[in-house]
Amino acid sequence: MTAAQLMLAVLWIGLTLYALLAGADFGAGFWDLLAGGTARGRPQRHLIEEVIGPVWEANHVWLIFVLVLLWTGFPPVFAAVMSTLYLPLTLAALGIIARGAAFAFRKASDVLWQQRLFGAAFALSSVVTPYFLGTVAGAVASGRVPPGLAAGNLIRSWCNPTSVLGGVLAVGTCAYLAAMYLCHDARRLGRPDLAAAYRRRALVTGLAVGVLALAGIAVLHADAPALSGNLVHRALPLVIGSGLAGAASLALLVARRYLLVRATAALAVTAILWGWAVAQYPYMLPPGTPYTEVAATPAVLAAVLVVTGAGAVILLPSLAWLLILFQRQPAPGRHDVV
Amino acid sequence: MVVGVRAAGPADLVAAREQMALSLGWHIVLACLGVGLPALTAFAEWRAIRTGQPVYLALAHRWAKAMGVLFAVGAVSGTILSFEMGLLWPGLMGTYGQVIGLPFALEGFAFFIEAIFVGIYLYGWDRLPRRVHLLTAVPIVVSGVASAFFVVSANAWMNQPRGFRLVDGGVTGVRPWAAMFNPATAPQTIHMILAAFMVTGFLTASVYAVGMLRGGRDRYHRLGFLIPFTAAAVLTPLQIAAGDYAARFLAHYQPTKLAAIEGVFNTGSHVPLHVGGVVRDGQLRYAIEIPDGLSLLVGYRPSTVITGLDRVPVADRPPVTPVHLAFDLMVGVGFGLLLLGAWLLLAWWRRRDLPRPALFLRLAVLAGAGSVAALEAGWVVTEVGRQPWVVYGYLRTADAVNPAPGLTAGLVLVAATYVVLTVASVHVLRRLAHAGQDAAGPLAAPQEAAPPQAAPQETVP
Ligand code: HDD
Ligand code: HEM
Ligand code: HEM
Repeated sequence: MTAAQLMLAVLWIGLTLYALLAGADFGAGFWDLLAGGTARGRPQRHLIEEVIGPVWEANHVWLIFVLVLLWTGFPPVFAAVMSTLYLPLTLAALGIIARGAAFAFRKASDVLWQQRLFGAAFALSSVVTPYFLGTVAGAVASGRVPPGLAAGNLIRSWCNPTSVLGGVLAVGTCAYLAAMYLCHDARRLGRPDLAAAYRRRALVTGLAVGVLALAGIAVLHADAPALSGNLVHRALPLVIGSGLAGAASLALLVARRYLLVRATAALAVTAILWGWAVAQYPYMLPPGTPYTEVAATPAVLAAVLVVTGAGAVILLPSLAWLLILFQRQPAPGRHDVV
Repeated sequence: MVVGVRAAGPADLVAAREQMALSLGWHIVLACLGVGLPALTAFAEWRAIRTGQPVYLALAHRWAKAMGVLFAVGAVSGTILSFEMGLLWPGLMGTYGQVIGLPFALEGFAFFIEAIFVGIYLYGWDRLPRRVHLLTAVPIVVSGVASAFFVVSANAWMNQPRGFRLVDGGVTGVRPWAAMFNPATAPQTIHMILAAFMVTGFLTASVYAVGMLRGGRDRYHRLGFLIPFTAAAVLTPLQIAAGDYAARFLAHYQPTKLAAIEGVFNTGSHVPLHVGGVVRDGQLRYAIEIPDGLSLLVGYRPSTVITGLDRVPVADRPPVTPVHLAFDLMVGVGFGLLLLGAWLLLAWWRRRDLPRPALFLRLAVLAGAGSVAALEAGWVVTEVGRQPWVVYGYLRTADAVNPAPGLTAGLVLVAATYVVLTVASVHVLRRLAHAGQDAAGPLAAPQEAAPPQAAPQETVP
């Protein structure tokens, strides 16, 4: 494996983690949006805040990680994607601001109309942001981002069937992941009624995403034939694997195995992301830009890979501690006592 | 790689610069608090453990909550910056992204550690033994300072590009560590990290100064004022020395910038120090002159030769008036803060108390805004003084900008977003500050456990 290939793999691992962790956060915002009126929705919103509060920042650093690795490892790709897809990416960036800030502010405010306002901003941007990020994925996958600065079509590059499919799939997947994660958390926090509600939602969205993905094959066949050709050949095992894991997740949800379903659902999403990568390899900007042409010099790749490895050694135990701590209840009566 | 066929219009270039300046100018205030507040909070918590006095713990808890909210806002504003590097400056990133990638990658890890431990620190407030809890602040402080170091070393590289060769417009022979540890890294990072602690100290103290002027004279207010103010005041003389170092560095490495800072148009010896003034007809006018001042400061002798703007073509000169005035503002504030600190020192030495006149507290309120003004002014000096280059001597800003049309619309959108964000942040922080001294009260930072089903109070909008 060359350094450039290793870098690609690290980049894709980062993207996968972003999709799985931050995706669930976005999805939680989706359910926040649909939680209903102020009084009726309060228990659900409370659960959502409780569950994503301590971890959401850590979850979202994966995006920064991916951006930085992309501009360091494959600078011309970063420049081409950012300049041609300037519009959806600006909108996604605004969504990220609105979302992060509103979530923080809602928790820190105690006046109802403000909570409503911040809550609405949080929930709306949770849906809008993954949509635009999905359209970006669709633009790259369907070969609409040529190398060079703003060399592609500024509108049609992300307003096309594949991009719309990407956007809708992203929103749907986020919603599904969140509903599925929330089942276990609701049960853990002693709210079996909410667990049942989220189980229903997870089943519905899971089915919907599955149907959409199947329909998507037809879309890709017409709109991005090169990609779809590879998806049903080279990447077929991963595509089938994703389907099986998805079906298993639905079965586990029916059986109320809420912890186990986390594994299979994550597997389904991971398999489809890596299926896309395999189908597109070795091109980073299909149809004509293989990664070898755009990779940074070996010294840079080596330095960043070494730093990444060393960073992971510190990072992973810290992250594990956060997640473990987070499953623990507060010690009663230790507020502000030395 | 391939150069785009489009070209950005001048209006779009200006819009892109303004958007960058706005986003950075906004982020940097949050970034300073992200570096400084954890240290302040940890100090208060440490005092609480040492003395057993609840007032320290109350302060620590309050600061921790503010830290949580500010961290969340700092994180989003920083994420936007990562986008903007590509959305606005693809010409820079497409060619040089790999040269400055290493410090940004390191910074990414520092953020990650910081985000994780901010989560642990806030969520663990009631869940961890006090001492263990205090220890979890250490990684926050370390990674905050480290991230400031990394990102400013990337900025230093734009001033002193090193560690690569340019062949046919492409970059080869990249030595990422040499790029990161370029000659400007030491002066800039030292000056910036000190600035971060100063801004945090003076800003936090100014909140309590307001409270004391309104009659809050209890221990909570006094300590809330004294701890951050003393820390910042102690750093002020060090910061002035660091600024002097930065200016002396420029004399040797970026003489054009120093010439713009001081409004020196003609190369020569016996160059005076200029205070104030504006550029008219190619000369600095209406300035107060201190004879031989600049020559003395740079070389300790009046005969020291200072390179003027006449050594570079007109097209390569930065705009002088804003750079010069911004520099004067920064230095003026720096000395003003020094005097204010000296006043406190004097009063403390004589009476073990704050200076009696209310003027002291009024000035202390101003010191918060003043330190932020110095911070922003310093960045204007650095960034505008580097113009017309984005990478000094290698890449012009005009060649780095995204050639796509419509950047002006983007600026309007982003500016509106930042206005809303500013109003909301200030409002929420004020509510946090006014929520009473019971820091365990109903308002929570996003990383904390939600307060037990606190039903919001109804009010009419
Ligand atoms: C609290 C803030 C603060 C204060 C009181 C000062 N500075 Fe400063 N200055 C900064 C905050 C700052 C900064 C915002 O942090 C900058 C921008 C870039 C950098 O590295 O530091 C800066 C840049 C900067 C530069 C340009 C460096 C470069 O472009 O490489 C010079 C020459 C000085 N400063 C000099 C001074 C002097 C002589 C001061 C004496 C009073 C001073 N500063 C006080
Ligand atoms: C590490 C940090 C920084 C990096 C990498 C960086 C990068 C850039 C880039 C790429 C530009 C656009 C090109 C140009 O106009 O030269 C720019 C411009 C600018 N930045 Fe920075 N910057 C940093 C820190 C800051 C901060 C903290 C401020 C705070 C005020 C700031 C203020 C400005 C201003 C005022 C401009 C516009 C200059 C002009 O148009 O004349 N920068 N910066
Ligand atoms: C002198 C300039 C800068 C300093 C000192 C600085 C420092 C910091 C700090 C301390 C944080 C942590 C958040 C907080 O505590 O509030 C932060 C967040 C962030 N900054 Fe900056 N920054 C600077 C400029 C930049 C620039 C130019 C970029 C973009 C390229 C950037 C990207 C980010 C990102 C992505 C985050 C979010 C990280 C997270 O989620 O924790 N920063 N910055």
